Amino acid sequence: MSLRLILLCLLGALTLPLAAQDRLPPAPYAYQQLNDPAKEARAKALMEELRCLVCQGQSIADSDAPLAGDMRHEVRSKIAAGESPDEIKAWLVARYGNWVSYDPPFDGATALLWLGPLLFLAIGGWLAFGRFRRGKDDAEGGA
Amino acid sequence: MIAELGLALLWIAAALACLTLIAGTLFLRGGPKDLASLVRPASVAQGVLTTAAFGLLIALFVRSDMSVELVARNSNSLKPMIFKIAGTWGNHEGSMLLWLMILSLSGGLIAIFEKRLREDTLVATLAAQAALSLGFFAFLLFSSNPFKRLPVAPPDGQGLNPLLQDIGLAFHPPTLYVGYVGLSVAFSFAVGALITREIGPAFARAMRPWVLGSWIFLTLGITAGSYWAYYELGWGGWWFWDPVENVSLVPWLAGAALLHSVAVTATRNALRAWTVMLAVIGFSMSMVGTFIVRSGLLTSVHSFAVDPERGTFLLVLMAIYIGGALTLFALRAGTVAEGKKFALLSREGSLVINNLLLTTILALVLLGTLYPIVAEAMGEKISVGPPYYNKVAGPLALILCLVMVAGPLLSWRKDDGKRLWSRLPLALFAGAAVLFGLVLFGGKVGILPLLGMTVAGIVAVASLAPLWGRNLRRTPLPTWGMVVAHFGVAVCLAGMGAESAFIKERLVAAAPGDDIRIGDFSVKFVGVKPVAGPNYTAIEGTLVATTSSGSRFTMKPEARTFPGLMGTAPTETNEAALLTRPGGQLYAVLGQPVTSDDGRADRYQIRLWWKPLVWWIWLGGGLIAVGAALSMLGRAQLLAIWRARRARKLQERFAP
Amino acid sequence: MKNRWVLFVPLAIMGLLFGAFIYRLVTPAETLIQSQWIDKPMPLFDLPPATAGVEGLKSSQLADGKPRLVNVFASWCIPCRAEAPQLEALKAAGVPIDGIAIRDRPEDVAMFLREYGNPFDRIGSDMQSSVQIALGSSGVPETFLIDGKGIIREQIQGVILADQVPEIVAKLEAMK
Repeated sequence: MSLRLILLCLLGALTLPLAAQDRLPPAPYAYQQLNDPAKEARAKALMEELRCLVCQGQSIADSDAPLAGDMRHEVRSKIAAGESPDEIKAWLVARYGNWVSYDPPFDGATALLWLGPLLFLAIGGWLAFGRFRRGKDDAEGGA
Repeated sequence: MIAELGLALLWIAAALACLTLIAGTLFLRGGPKDLASLVRPASVAQGVLTTAAFGLLIALFVRSDMSVELVARNSNSLKPMIFKIAGTWGNHEGSMLLWLMILSLSGGLIAIFEKRLREDTLVATLAAQAALSLGFFAFLLFSSNPFKRLPVAPPDGQGLNPLLQDIGLAFHPPTLYVGYVGLSVAFSFAVGALITREIGPAFARAMRPWVLGSWIFLTLGITAGSYWAYYELGWGGWWFWDPVENVSLVPWLAGAALLHSVAVTATRNALRAWTVMLAVIGFSMSMVGTFIVRSGLLTSVHSFAVDPERGTFLLVLMAIYIGGALTLFALRAGTVAEGKKFALLSREGSLVINNLLLTTILALVLLGTLYPIVAEAMGEKISVGPPYYNKVAGPLALILCLVMVAGPLLSWRKDDGKRLWSRLPLALFAGAAVLFGLVLFGGKVGILPLLGMTVAGIVAVASLAPLWGRNLRRTPLPTWGMVVAHFGVAVCLAGMGAESAFIKERLVAAAPGDDIRIGDFSVKFVGVKPVAGPNYTAIEGTLVATTSSGSRFTMKPEARTFPGLMGTAPTETNEAALLTRPGGQLYAVLGQPVTSDDGRADRYQIRLWWKPLVWWIWLGGGLIAVGAALSMLGRAQLLAIWRARRARKLQERFAP
Repeated sequence: MKNRWVLFVPLAIMGLLFGAFIYRLVTPAETLIQSQWIDKPMPLFDLPPATAGVEGLKSSQLADGKPRLVNVFASWCIPCRAEAPQLEALKAAGVPIDGIAIRDRPEDVAMFLREYGNPFDRIGSDMQSSVQIALGSSGVPETFLIDGKGIIREQIQGVILADQVPEIVAKLEAMK
């Protein structure tokens, strides 16, 4: 299964315009943590939620693609400058759409996604509970 | 010659499947009794021939016969032997033949071993299995012939992809396939039982070892896949909720639900229609998953060649099989009596809730995986990933675990709350101890990991409760199986919780001689040296990790570069170094060299993680598989047959 | 049994599932991620020159009344080389073009310009892709059509093809 993850990312990198590798070192905050552990934790949580643009199947938190590194730099720099994760996420969504976030918002198009499981549980529960023997009736029913 | 023989064997096997289907159908419609006696041998022969065909394909890969198109495209004479063999199923055609082989072999094994079912149900089951294999024979022979020859044999093959040369990758797909396709047997049993209306304990008992058997392979396959992703991707993640992972999880969830509901049907003759339904869903989900991966439906760029014609072929096959089985279900299940009733607070009741939750999780994983397509049809591009699954599936999974605490302690039919309560104090105490410990000493822990570890504590103790006060040597194997598997769930859950709550990360640019502190370790970066592998070059870093108690360990992560093939850019991979300690794993990755401002390039990016209890996740997965295996051994007829045979032999020996 | 319709629910769910499959087989997924930052003002930036002898790029320079193209490129990007003749043709048609070089070194940009020509009025160097991200761009090459007020009107992903050249000229003409 995860073989595909790697291949996907590699093939993705090969076929997308970002073909060749640049020879620049990664951005400072691509592979460097923020000094403040609380801020780093916030940045980390946000990075795990953002989708890598060039790999198509990984978060920016676990991709070695240069653009993912630059996005990590962007996120950490903004967090360091005092922006909240929600602001940064909104900023990115305004540019790349909801696609960039692994946590889809609740709206008309995603109502079924969020409510579907509850609906399924409710209907299933209603059907299942109809089958239980009620009260103290001890007789064997059915056959 | 080998290729032609292989193709001929496939055609004969397909003809035998045809024979089984026709003879079975005629017999069930009131044809002569002799027809039924054809079905068993034909199924066995089909299994043998398909296996032989697969063996011949392996032989072609071993001999590097480049006149065969599949070999030329996917192999190379320079590959190590083990990867030549694994290359057989590392491609579309070969993996479909593997699929078909398992399908046919399962049919043969039912024909040999199944003695408990009524004759007509068995014939119907084998006919259903033959019908399944017939479709895949058609797929293989008409659109993906693995034995196709090339007009001119090339000097050597093209298949030298370095990334596919990984031992984990080589044996991961076949393991999953055995699980996927093993569920076909449950599917066929369900169809057979629906046709003859023999849905009851006998049918459930016949099906149970097959469900357990395939579920063992699914569990092992998923566990191994998770570990592979963990060490190979170089970021230490063990589950990504990636579509391809999700479609392997869905049949596992269906199998988990099925093996619990089949217990109710076998023991109490209840939940009959539901068990049949789940048996149909299990293999349907295997097919859907394979289709999704093969057709490139969700992952537009894919390792397998994406061919719309093949996608359509598979879709039509699936529509016939799943649609046919579900239509049969809709028409027949109404006439299946409900089975015995039971109270909510009973073993059956807890298993119903277990099934409800498992199927809800199954539905939401499928929904989340496919929803981006739905949203796109509505004009929105979205991504569904870990945050969604954690929020929605997480709580349901925890409730499921709590039901798992109570279920095994309840008696069948009806139980009372006081009795249950009296059996729980120790488990609840364990949970409370974990919770207080975490709140007092754990620092800031997320709510999901906190609850996860608490529930793990409760489950760990409660899962052992069925052994309480029992003679352990007389405890039946299936009970042991349940205990071990449930304990495995607790171990796995504890690992997941501890890893996400207490993970420590250090990303540093270090020069030789630098010390890095992480968790309980002080890690010294000694230096790097170039090393050469069989088909790559690498920079190998040396790290010496010292614990606070003074133990020293050497770790050697590598950054490998595979030369580009056919003019493509070189491929770089990270080989993580893992240090396993009782309390967790230290995970080290060597990254890029770093140029300092003064132009010196003596520093390297080093990524270090301390992952507390992380190996418990896979240990738990292994325990779940062992539990299922114990259960299966206890249920399989094999053991019973063997015992009966031995008893008979003893009798014969002592008979006058 | 009164709830017979319930037995058809699985079949119906399967129908929906297959509907989604067929939809996807018929309309394959769009793999490019389009920028949502369209009909919005150019984000604020001030990029240094990408190499010696060219001018850097400031967002304020893009609102000078003349519609123009902003080409996001890189010397290490192979398709960008294939795009060079089309950019030359646009330049020849009188279209002002500014460039943003992504993750590039000055000497590589200089070499790229020497080899494939320099149609750019100004080239800003975006070392950490921050302007690229602010534009909602996800690859190179990409080209943005900017109107005279500095508003982004359109994004073209991938290489501009020869037959797109007159179309682009006309579009920019219409923005005047």
